[in-house]
Amino acid sequence: MPLQVDVTFTLNGRTTRVGVPVGASALTILRERLDLAGAKLACGEGECGACTVIVDGQSLNSCLMPAVDLEGREVLTVEGLWTDAGIDPVQDAFIEHGAVQCGFCTPGMIMQIRYLLDRNPNMSEDEIRRGLEGNVCRCTGYKKIIDAVIAAGRTATA
Amino acid sequence: MTLPQLQQPPAIEEYAAPRSLDEALDALADGAATCVAGGTDLWVQKDEPGRAVGKRLVNIKNVPELAGIEVKAGRIRLGALVTMTQVLEHKDLAKKVPLLRAAADKFASVQIRNAATVGGNIANASPAADFVIPLLCLDAEVSLASMKAGKVKTRTVPINEVFAGPGKTVIAPEELITGVEFAVPGKNFYGGFAKTGPRPALEIALVSLGFAAYVEGGTLRDVRLALGAVAPTPIRARKTEAALEGKSIDDALIDTAAEALDAEIAPIDDHRGSAWYRRRLARAYLMQELGHAASG
Repeated sequence: MPLQVDVTFTLNGRTTRVGVPVGASALTILRERLDLAGAKLACGEGECGACTVIVDGQSLNSCLMPAVDLEGREVLTVEGLWTDAGIDPVQDAFIEHGAVQCGFCTPGMIMQIRYLLDRNPNMSEDEIRRGLEGNVCRCTGYKKIIDAVIAAGRTATA
Repeated sequence: MTLPQLQQPPAIEEYAAPRSLDEALDALADGAATCVAGGTDLWVQKDEPGRAVGKRLVNIKNVPELAGIEVKAGRIRLGALVTMTQVLEHKDLAKKVPLLRAAADKFASVQIRNAATVGGNIANASPAADFVIPLLCLDAEVSLASMKAGKVKTRTVPINEVFAGPGKTVIAPEELITGVEFAVPGKNFYGGFAKTGPRPALEIALVSLGFAAYVEGGTLRDVRLALGAVAPTPIRARKTEAALEGKSIDDALIDTAAEALDAEIAPIDDHRGSAWYRRRLARAYLMQELGHAASG
């Protein structure tokens, strides 16, 4: 039995307490212990961004975050974007612009875009491309994704 | 046919999340611990044979003494926990040492830059470590601390003496990197960083090169040339530096320096690129940087 540690953290606004194996990633805990399957495991080494979540305001590859380090942190996953006010403007823009093909990269893309837009709603196309360099879409639907980011940025500043 | 059994890494038996430097050093004191901060290297490698985590995992992210960027009295200190994003977003640092910004900017991806730390890039000791290159050019000193018989012991090691081979350093198992320090470069200091691989982001450098010098009227003084991925560790190219020192940049000097560099590096063939190609990249980057330095 691997060593387990209890961690308490804020997950999508709710205080959450869970036991985690010391060698586990935050992604494994989100998916397998907390039933949040939005963040995806694809490469498992920080190359693809499918597991992107926002921790204390920073977008991270949750596959590389030790689960034990969740203690005391504030975590936002794609599931947390859905509030009483509806879905996030980034999600709206994805639907509007058909920025989803197979959908596997989408939750990670959306979380990375949320992070980027929170810092700068008026990114140039170059800035968007650079901001998404750690997110891979194997359907290669980047054009529509970038259109969606531009549109969501406009909504934010309107 | 039976497949060979993969060797399972030994289980982690203990976990510590110290809240002060003393607590962190205590947790490392028996030499059986592995530190984790950003996790961007360690969490990829931890299940590989031979790179297993020690019996105790020590999460150093909550140690305040390891955080923060200090700029004062002509010196800069980067705490071991400073992330690449913090380097990029620190206005004073970017202005005073654009070379650091240039290297942090070419480092992996946004998500990795939000997690990866200065201390981690040193401790991981990759021959291709991006952020080590500007630190080599700045003659940075690495601060180390350990706990011996209840007393904190500290020492500093020049960064060019830290690396002992791929993934190997002179840092003892009970020692912790607390930060790096260097002098703020003065007037007329040029610093440039070049790196490539087949794609612009998330690339382990085929070759990386940092070039820095004081440039006055086209003459080079106090030349520092550092390269990654051309030797078992990141290196300073001392012979090439000597060939450039005090000279004016012209075509003949660029040729001489490129020859000196070719004699001084020892790149290997591997799955990412050939030694032949790496030699050509190193030469091209040196020529490019000398050109940039000459044109100010």
